[in-house]
Order: sequence, then structure tokens, then C-alpha cells
Amino acid sequence: MKPSPVLDPHPELRQFLAQRQTRRVFLGRSAQGLGALALASLLNPSLSAAVAGKDKKIVGASYPLDFPQKAKRVIWLTMAGGPSHLETFDPKPKLGEMSGQPMPSSFTAGKQIAQLQGQKLLCFAPQYGFKKFGRSGTDVCELFPQIGSVIDEICLIRSMTTEAINHDPAHMFMNTGSQIAGRPSMGSWTTYGLGSESEDLPGFVVLTSLGKGGQNQPIAARQWAAGYLPSRFQGVHLRGKGDPVLYLSNPPGVTHAQQKDMVDAINVLNAKYDKIVDDPEISTRIVQYEMAFKMQTSVPELMDVKKEGPGTLELYGCQPGDGSFASNCLLARRLAERGVRFIQLYHKDWDHHGGLKEGIAYKAQEIDRACMALITDLKQRGMLQDTLIVWAGEFGRTPMSQGGDGRDHHNAGFSIWMCGGGVKPGMVYGATDELGYSAVENPIDVHDLHATMLRLLGIEHTKLSIKFQGLDVRLTGIAGKAVQEIIT
Amino acid sequence: MPSLSLRAMVSRLAVFAVVLNVFAAGLAKGAQAITYNRDIRPILSDDCFHCHGPDQKTRKGKFRLDVREDAVAKKAIVPGKPKESSLVDRIFTTNTDDVMPPLEAHKALTPAQKDLLRHWIADGAKYEKHWAYVPPAKSAVPANQNPVDFLIRQRLAQIGLKPSPLADRATLMRRLGFDIVGLPPKPEDVDAFVRDKSPDAYSRLVEKLLASPQYGERMAIGWLDVVRFADTIGYHSDNPRNIWPYRDYVIKAFNENMPFDQFTREQLAGDLLPGGTREQKVASAFNRLLLTTEEGGAQPKDYEARMLTDRVRAVSAAWLGQTIGCAQCHDHKFDPIKQRDFYSLGAFFADIDEPIIGRREPGMLLPDEQQAVKLKVLTEELNLAQQQFDAPHQDWDVAFVKWQTIQTETSLQERRWTALQPVTAVSGSGNKLKIEKDNSVLAKGTNESAAVYTVSFTNVINEVVALRVQALPHDSLPQHGPGRAKDGNFILSEISAKLVHADLTSEPVSFKSARADFEQAAEGTNSRSRSAASVIGALQHEEDSGWSIFPQTNQEHQIVLELSEPLNLQAGETLLLELWQNTPGSALGHFRLGETTNTEALRGPLSEPPPNDIVDILVTPSDKRDNDAKEKLFSYFKSIAPETADARMRLADAHQFKDKFEESIPKCLVSATNAQPRTVRILARGNFLDETGAVVEPALPGYLADTEAKVAGRRLNRLDLANWLVSPQNPLTARVVMNRLWKQFFGVGLSRVVDDLGSQGEMPPNQRLLDWLAREFMDSGWDMKHMVRLIVSSDAYQQTSVISEKIKARDPLNREIAAQSRWRLDAELVRDNALSVSGLLVDDKIGGPSMKPYQPDGYWENLNFPVRDYHATEGRDQYRRGLYVWWQRSYLHPSLQAFDAPTREECAADRNRSNIPQQALVLLNDPTYVEASRALAEHVLKEGGSNTAARLIWAWRQVLCRAPRGDELQTIQALLEKQLAQYQADPDAAQALLKVGHMAAPTDANPAELAAWTNIARVILNLHETITRS
Repeated sequence: MKPSPVLDPHPELRQFLAQRQTRRVFLGRSAQGLGALALASLLNPSLSAAVAGKDKKIVGASYPLDFPQKAKRVIWLTMAGGPSHLETFDPKPKLGEMSGQPMPSSFTAGKQIAQLQGQKLLCFAPQYGFKKFGRSGTDVCELFPQIGSVIDEICLIRSMTTEAINHDPAHMFMNTGSQIAGRPSMGSWTTYGLGSESEDLPGFVVLTSLGKGGQNQPIAARQWAAGYLPSRFQGVHLRGKGDPVLYLSNPPGVTHAQQKDMVDAINVLNAKYDKIVDDPEISTRIVQYEMAFKMQTSVPELMDVKKEGPGTLELYGCQPGDGSFASNCLLARRLAERGVRFIQLYHKDWDHHGGLKEGIAYKAQEIDRACMALITDLKQRGMLQDTLIVWAGEFGRTPMSQGGDGRDHHNAGFSIWMCGGGVKPGMVYGATDELGYSAVENPIDVHDLHATMLRLLGIEHTKLSIKFQGLDVRLTGIAGKAVQEIIT
Repeated sequence: MPSLSLRAMVSRLAVFAVVLNVFAAGLAKGAQAITYNRDIRPILSDDCFHCHGPDQKTRKGKFRLDVREDAVAKKAIVPGKPKESSLVDRIFTTNTDDVMPPLEAHKALTPAQKDLLRHWIADGAKYEKHWAYVPPAKSAVPANQNPVDFLIRQRLAQIGLKPSPLADRATLMRRLGFDIVGLPPKPEDVDAFVRDKSPDAYSRLVEKLLASPQYGERMAIGWLDVVRFADTIGYHSDNPRNIWPYRDYVIKAFNENMPFDQFTREQLAGDLLPGGTREQKVASAFNRLLLTTEEGGAQPKDYEARMLTDRVRAVSAAWLGQTIGCAQCHDHKFDPIKQRDFYSLGAFFADIDEPIIGRREPGMLLPDEQQAVKLKVLTEELNLAQQQFDAPHQDWDVAFVKWQTIQTETSLQERRWTALQPVTAVSGSGNKLKIEKDNSVLAKGTNESAAVYTVSFTNVINEVVALRVQALPHDSLPQHGPGRAKDGNFILSEISAKLVHADLTSEPVSFKSARADFEQAAEGTNSRSRSAASVIGALQHEEDSGWSIFPQTNQEHQIVLELSEPLNLQAGETLLLELWQNTPGSALGHFRLGETTNTEALRGPLSEPPPNDIVDILVTPSDKRDNDAKEKLFSYFKSIAPETADARMRLADAHQFKDKFEESIPKCLVSATNAQPRTVRILARGNFLDETGAVVEPALPGYLADTEAKVAGRRLNRLDLANWLVSPQNPLTARVVMNRLWKQFFGVGLSRVVDDLGSQGEMPPNQRLLDWLAREFMDSGWDMKHMVRLIVSSDAYQQTSVISEKIKARDPLNREIAAQSRWRLDAELVRDNALSVSGLLVDDKIGGPSMKPYQPDGYWENLNFPVRDYHATEGRDQYRRGLYVWWQRSYLHPSLQAFDAPTREECAADRNRSNIPQQALVLLNDPTYVEASRALAEHVLKEGGSNTAARLIWAWRQVLCRAPRGDELQTIQALLEKQLAQYQADPDAAQALLKVGHMAAPTDANPAELAAWTNIARVILNLHETITRS
């Protein structure tokens, strides 16, 4: 090979050496060129406080916290498709009496309606009975006796409302506080504010499961996107099939040890490059390769629930690797134990436009025991007190019939529940009208729910904001009020 | 875990920059005068305007600080007298009730900001119009200097910095490659450039790159982000739409250096241009790039509002750099944008002809020359067949008369029957019966066992002489039914009936005879009867016996049951009919029961009657039928008659050939005008249910243009909007475009907030430079290549990106451009670079449909309606550039997403530049990068010489345009030896690694050696330097 100018080992090295001759040391290496962290703390004193705080590892935009932190982490059980409150948590005997009769227009005037637009609106009786559970004597649908058995741990909210009435925008609104695509989701906001306690798992993890009824509405990845927050706050989807995390497995023919040698070599070479060009991005890159490699071990270990023992599997009612909601609840507990900040489960198939009676029975089979198990398990381990569980769909369903055996989408009043993490147990908050149409007592909206969640996490929701297109944008938009009454 | 957010830093930047500027300027030449736009407005806008600004609904204390007269009248500001100004009083007070901004606003002024405000009032409190709303002007620049360098050096001199030295040529060539064409240079070309001592070597290189067809591909990436180009609709089902030809248009426009004003007009209004070409119509696909939905239950008014706001955001992001979207619900809080401006801007798009909800149309056909010829032939053939079918045929007329006679009798016969209305319909088996609105009964559920359907009726009837069962086809049934057997057949074994009196006593109802319109042929001697007659008589409950209709599935059939005695049903009585289907799995799927009191019905024909609307005509005497009815009848006849079959088939074939051929022709959604534009109202608080707001017509934003601008005799249209956007009267477009262009070449915009040049954005530290570029862009006739050339020819661009300590200390974010910057490549270029250096990249083909890279199985499992499979593109197209990757909005390809490619659900002028573990997983394990590594390894072994050191040098040159240093060689050589030993010991592992990807590994290579080198290549492709433009 003839000599080539490109044999120059490192042209940038010369530049670097030339500059060093005239270098005047302003600051030490740690603040050289104001590394990202140093610069950030210079610009935002509250961040430097976080860095200098008790736990030096955890960095987040919300430190020091505005309130005592009652919940350290969140497990959000999204019941995708929109569960009927009338067959779960909101008993309406009057609706049963009026079944088949026209829905009085005083209830429906001026409200959004989805598929029932322009149709005759007839009352549709609750398809199952309700029973009283717990010391609180709370009415819960007879299909959910296991949740009923732990109802004294739960704060049931019967006055939830939302702005959207179609699945996709309604999920966006519930997750991001906006119906416009591209906003950060609540899991991203939470990890942005609080950082993560886990060093080898992402701070925000998403799990999905399908229902047997076949009404599995699509879910877009934007529901757990970081939006305009940095990408590392995006939710990582742990998948039931294939690699639990995308691209987690080594290529075929590459052993764990070989992969480690390669990652080590990459990091050594990157460190050498950093010495020359002095770019803080390189040390971040090295940390991320270490993290990626750790995940290649920690995630399979996390997913392996066989070690849990038969007692636990029986409590949840799941088999290892069955991909069920119950399995995901068990994984949620394992993630919580490992310090993951925000764990969101999607269980689909709640979209009962028709065949509601059968469909909701499937759902009860799938979630009733699992929800009880999650609460019980966390409590036994002493983690319920600082883990907030939220059970919520993107909306509820109409008191009116659709096609004689179903209910349409509904946003004027529906039920959700919260549990643990500083929420008052054994409480029922708010109520809908006598036909279950509108929230009339203590209505709360999605911004209020977010504000309450953030309050429990120790964050004043108006302070958790970021500049986007010149504006201070928040999870709670320009609204939201934490619901004090349900906080211990 | 990692460091803090870049965004968080940026968020404080406006403030920081002001402090820095003041500080730095102070160092340079004593205190600099405070100016409103640079120093004061950012503070007022951030901390005061929300309550004392443009939005009167949130205004407090009835005064505003954004208008000087107001502030002065209220004595908030007393020019020259800070002590008398209540503003100063309120910001410095320690009284927590009085202090401004109020505590509950969670905004606090720093001492430096407070001092600035006080000094500014002391200096006379001069206001300025917002910098970006003043038309850009050119500063004087000496003729012999690059204006970019002159204007940068002026600023640098003020703050005591000097430009950095120029980068070395290898670095420069790699930089130019990524910035202008998005691809790295070949090492031999780098050699030639480094050796080239001629004074115009650099400019010749720039010209070569600008002339390359890859320039258009590179430039398209940013524009496709801004206009949110994607292959799918976005919402809910996120189904595909035909749109890729628009991407080809964008690439071509950049390559041909189409003036940007023309580019603007064609996209917004290509369909409105006089004599518009096909390409200009494709350009107008811009208006169709928004998100749409096919979700059931979506409300048109809701989505009309969503689509309007989506388009306003797009225009304001792409051209105006304004956050007009904020004015959807209220007047803007920081900029003088009224809610009316928002809706008036949206009204420009109210004419676009499109479905609000549901599937998009296939779009405009875009045949190439060959396709156009064939399409013409097929169209002519179709026209001919149609003519033949429409022409008079005497024999058809004769047959028509005969047909009418028969069908009239059939129709009269049909009218003799009345449907029975079922009250209940139940099945003893897994079949679930549902009563439909037309009184038919549809079976769902499982269909494995024998079934008995019991249907009850309470219709009051008198003197009924016969009952009948109609077996009806249905789309939910196999082969459309009418049965539930796999072949669409059924076996109706037995029918029994019972009359239940009011006192619950009952009596059987017996049948005298049964006949059907069609009976399946009995098979063989052993087989049971398939006749209608077998269903009546005493119940035998035999399997495999009963009335069946195969092969006439997907048709209506009927069985008529003559009663032994006339039947009466009084009020309070119930008729129970039992349909026994004794053969497992062969129940009826869809049926209706009927009765007749007319004995004629027993004798007449049993053929299937025509559809109801045709029956209506037939039972009308022929002299009472109007012309429409006659024509309809004749058309129907022609659509089914055996006599017309030949001509009909020919026509159907001609249709099918043409349709099928059209499927293979590229199509693109384009804009078309509907003569009846949608009514646009101002929606109070953005609420689409509120129809009380004022109706608005298209109008330009009042704060930038004359809202009264009119064109005689018509309402303003999209072309008027486009013309204004690129007119000298609009101060924003050129600045916005140049700011984004600057970001492409320096990593950061001259104004850092590239998506907002409003008062919440950042006033550019070097505003004179941005204004000069904007003005020059307009003066040059919106010549994009001219601007690129100007920028990359500057010394500023050619500086090294190794930043000196002095610069880092004085200007830590490098806003004054005393050096170049370094950054991680954009997502598409990460892919392009790996494919290019490994020799896999297909770069001789520009444009075309999107391709699908390898993707993890099941990544689309959460998509539905329909459920979707993913098949990675086969053949050469697998190795195309990143900008051609299939853009699935709700599940963007995970490798692109890991490197911050936006989902393009919204316009994205700015990308994150994150550094996350997923990037490591992609580069290490995604088959695209593993295969590229193997391909690179093949080249190393073939072309890199015979010894390890030479090969490593070759690989380094190939990927990084430089040779490895000694310490690097040490690290990599040790790794190579270890890997080689491992693969020699485990040949299966080597084979497994070499099989990754579609392209087969060479058979003549030593597998262990190639596998080991593949891993070495993986290390090199994973280096930070590899994915960094420096």
C-alpha cells in the first residue's frame, strides 16, 4: 500500500495538542467546558441540590421535593377499551328499573356521544348484581369478589371524567394530559422529575396483555413516548414474546462473554477518543453501553418468575410465560422491587359495544384475582405503603344500550380506583347521577388525577414543567388540582 | 444513571444568554446599553405576560405590560424613574402578598433580572417591536469577505474571542459528506482531497457534493420532519395511505434547486396553479400529510376541528416558526396572535376535498411512460366493452319481456308471504342466536354439536295455510352460508311446531307436505335423503339426514311447509317452532320464518325472488312504472340474465384488468378543492360542540399582515396564503428556513429554539447574521444551494470542532461560533453510514416506495384493524437509505426511534439528540448492523491486505477516514486474537453469526476468521466516533 495522507492516525489529535500549548486552566477537568451536569446545575440551582442531596445516584428535575413523598413508585393498570363502570364499581338500581325506556334527555343534552350518534337512546340495565364488601360495606359488582375482598385497601373514585371519547385520543389524554400527539407521557414526566432507583433497568416500563373477548383495540407506542422530554425517559415496552426488550439478545453465535469483551473494547476505544476531543457525550455513551450490557442480564433475570415459588404463582393465578395480565402484575411487583419508578400495564379488550354480559365476565376472570394478588403481595412485603396503584380505563361506558347487548364509549362519569402510596384506604369518593351518566358529586378530571398522583410522589404539579416551543408545558396543562380528600 | 436533560438546560438558556452577553460585553468594551428585545422582553414574556399580556381573558389588574402606553398609564413603568415605577417596587418587595410574579405562579426573578428591569426603566424603558416581526435587513459587509465570517468575527471581537483554526482536510471531507449528502466519503477520495493543493480544491468538492443526487435525499430528511411525512394515517388503526411520491417530489425539488418560494406554492396550492403539472399536484400532498382516523364512533365535528388545528400547526411550524397552535382555545399568551387569526388561517384549508373520518382515497394515479401506454389501452378496451353493453340488443329485449313475466309471478308469490316476528330464539348448543332487525335470526358462537333452535312467535295470525323457512346468506358465515358448515351448507333434519295456549296447555301443529326451491342430490346408495320431504313427520332424531342445498351456497333458499289444518294464533298464545339439526357442525347460520294465508303461495314458483326494490317495480303494473323504474328494471335484468352474460363478462373483465393494473401503478393523495368549503367557526375554548362562535373566512394573521387583504370577487385561497408566506412582506419565512438550515451545518440554530421565533423563543445572539442570511435568501430568488454554498464556504464552517479551553470558559454553549460543533448523526444517517462503509448501501437509485428493514418479530402486535404482519423487504431494496424506511407513525421502526427520529405525528423542526442504552442495543444486535459488520469484514479480508495490522488500518480508514493509533491497535488486536480462537474452537457459532441477514455469506471465506472479523467490525461500527460528525 502506498503512503496515504489518511494514514494520519488522528488529525484531531494535532489540533488538540496545538491547543494545549496555549491552554490556560480555568477549571478542573470535572467542570471542563462545563459538562452537561455542571452546566445544568449552574442554570438550575434546584438540580445541583438534587445532585448534592442525600442519595447522590438519583438525579431528577423535581428535587428537592415540594411535598413529603408518600409514593415512591407507581403501578398504573390501564384497562384499555373503556371498562363499564355499571358492571364494575358503580351500582345503579334505578337504571335497572328503567331498562328499555328512553334515556331522559335531561341527562344527555349537549354531551358528546360516539357510536350512538343520532340513534334512539334507551336505558340498559346493569347486567350483574352488586354485593357489599369489606368493613366499609362498599358495593362492588359480584363479578369481582377478589377485588371486593381487598376493598378496604382501596380508594374507589366514582366521579372520574375525561375530555375525549374515542380510544386513541382518550388514551393520549389519560397518558399525557393532551389530545395532541407528541406530548410526554406521565411515566416519562415521573422519571424526569424523580429519576430512577434502578441502575440496570429503565425507569419507566410498560407491559401489555390481550383479553380473550377479541375486542383488543390498538395501542400506539406514543402512549409511553417521552415526547419532548429527553428520549431516555421514554417507556420501555417489556414484551411477552421474543426479546423482552427490543434487540436485547446477542446476535446468534455470539456468547455473553464475547459480547462483554466487545463492549469493553468499545468503551476503552471511546475513552481514548474522549481524551482527545474532550466531549462529555462520550462519557455518557460509555455509561449507556454499560447499562445496555447490564440489561442483557438483568432483564432476563427479571422476566424469570419461576423462582417465585408455587405459592406466589397461585396467589396471582398465572403460569410463567403465559403473557397474561396476572403474569404482568407479578412482573410489576418484581419491577417495583428493583426500583423501577413507573410501571404501566395495559390490559385490552374492554371495548364492549356488544356482548357486554359475556365480555365483562371474561375480563373479571382475567383481572379480579390478579389485582387482589398485586395488592396483597405488595402489602405482605411492606411495599404497598409507598407504591401507588391506579386502576383506570381511558373512559367509561354509556348507561344506554348499544345494539341491545352493549354499551358505547362514555366520558361524563366513570369509575377508577387508587390504592397504597398515601391514598386513603377503604374510601369511596364522588358519585354519578342516579342513572350513572354524569359525575355529579366531587367530579374529578384527568388533570386532577395527574396532579394527585404527582402530589403523592412529592411533586407540585405546577412546578413540573419544561420549555417546549417557548412555553412552560406541564403534564397537567393549565389546569389540575390535587384531590386532598383522598390523601392520607 | 445519566446526566441531566439538554432541554432543561436549553430552557434556562434565554436568561443565561442575556447574563452572558451582558457580562461578556462588559468585559469587552464597558457596559453595553440594555435593549428591550434582547434583554427585557424575554423576562417580561416568561414571567409577566401570562397575566399582563395579549390574552385579555387571563389578564389581571386590567393592564398589560406588553404595550408601553398601558404600562406607563398605570404607572407600572415611569420611564427614567424606577423608584416611582410600581413594577420595580413589586419585584423587589419582600412582602409575600405583594411580590411579583406572585408566589403561586412559581416563577421567580433572579437578582440579575431584577437589576436589568430597574436599569432599563432608568434608561427610559424603551420598547421595540419583536425582532422577528421586523423585516430582516442586511448589515453592511465588505465585498471581499464571506459575510458569514465577517458577521461572526465582529461579535467575537466584541467578546474577546478569536475563531478556531480550520479543521484538517480528512475531518472536513467527512463533515461535508454528512452535512451535504448524508454519507461518508470514500478513503481514496479523502486521500485525493488531502493531496490536492490547488486553491479551489475545497470549492470543487463542495460543488461536486451539491451536484450529487444524494444532496436531495439529505436535504429531504429535515423537510420531511417539518411537514410530518409518514406512510400511515396515525390515529387508532394507523393504516397505510398512498403518499410516498410526495417524498420523491421533495428530493427532486432539492436536487433541481427549485426556488423555495416555488416549492412553497406547489406544496400548499399545487392543485390551484394555472396549468398545474402532475408533479405540482403531487406536491400538494403536503395538505394531506396530517393525522386521520378510521375509528368507529369518531365524530366528524371533532375531527374537522382536529384536522384544522393540525394544519394550522403545520403551516405555522414549517414556514412561520410560530406557535399559533396555542391560539386554538384563547388569544396567545405571549405573542400578539388572536384566536381569530388561528381559525382564519385554518379556513384556508376548509376547501380540501377529503373524508373527515374513514379510509383515505387511493389517490392520483402516477403511471410511468410504459404504464401510461398500457393504461390507455385498457381504458379503451373498457370503454368499448361498456359501449357494447349499453348498445341496443334485440334478443335482450325479447328475453327481458319473458323474464318480466316470470319474475312478476315470483314477486307476486313473494308478496304472499309475511315474515313472522320472533320473540325469542334460543339454541340448546353452543350456537348463540341473535334476532336481527329484519326479523331474521343469525347464529354465532360455537358450532360443534348438534343443535335445536327454538323460535317463538306471538304474532296474531288467522287462517295460515303454510309456514316457510328462508335460509339466507350472510357475510359472517363460511362461504357466506346460509349454513355454518365449512362449505356453507347446512342439514335441516326435522321441523316440529307447537301451539301454546294462554293457560300453557299446548297442542302439536302438523304439516301435510314440504317442498323446497332446491334440494341437494343424494349421494350414493347409503346416503341419507337430502330432500325437503324428509324434514316433516314424526321426529326420528337421525344424524346426517335432512334438507341440504350444496353446492348452491351463498344464495337464498326456502322450504315451504304446508299445514295439515289452517292455523290461528290469538293474543296470549305462542307458536313454538323447533328446527332440529342433528348432524354436528351443520346448523343453519341465518334464516327467517314466514307465513301465508294464500293457498296460491303453495302452488307458485319457489325460485328466489329479486331484491325488494325490484320486486316493488315488478308488482306494479307495467303501464304504471315510470322511466326511472323501467331503466332500473332493465339494468337489473342485464346484471343477471344469461342472455347478457357474454357482454357482461367482457365488461367485468375489462373493469378487472384495468383495476388490477391500476393497483400496480403508484398513487398519491393530493389536494383538490371542494366548491363547498366547510364552515369554519371560532370554537370557544376549542370546544367543537359549541356552534355559537363567529364564522370566519380565510385571512392572513392580523399581527403580521393586512387581514383585510382581499382579492376582488372571491375568497382568499391557499395560493394566496402561499404567495404571502414567501412575499417580502412576511418577515418570518426566510428567517425560519435559514435558522433551520444553519442548524444542519452547525448543530444549533442561530436562534436556538428553531420551532419558535416568537417572544418565547430565543432572540439570536447574532441576529445580524440570521437577518443577513434571510435577506440574502430572498434576494437570491430563494436559492437554497446558493445558501448552502455560502455557509459551507465560510471559515466559520471549516473551523475545528475541538474547542479550546478559552472558548469553553467564555462561551460554553458555543453560541458565538468561535469553533465548529460535534454531534451524533441523525437516525437515518446512522443507518446510511453503516451501510455505506460496509459496501451494502444501494445508492444508485433515488426515490421510490418505502422499504421495510429487518424488524423484531411481534413489534406490531399492538396494532389492530387489521392485525398486521411485517415482512422485511427482500433483495437490494433492503439496503436503501434511512429516509426510505417505512414510517409507521404509531410504531416507528425501533432502530430509527432509538436514535430520535420523530414519529412525525406532529411537525418536528427539532430532534432530540439523546444518548440512551437502546442505541447501544441497536448498534450491537440489530441484524442490520450485524449484517453490515459482516459485509465490512468481508471487504477487510479481501481488500485489506494480508496481515492483521494492515487489515485494521484498512478498516479504520474505511469507517473513520483515519488510521488507528498504536494504543487503539493494541486494544483491537487483543480482541481479534481472542475472538478468532473462540470461533476456531466453535465453528457452529461462527456459522450462526455469518447467517444473520438476507445476504448470504461468501462460501470461500474461512468461517472462523470471517466471524472474528465480523465482531471486530461490530466494535468499529459501535464507536462513538463512527456515529459522530465532528
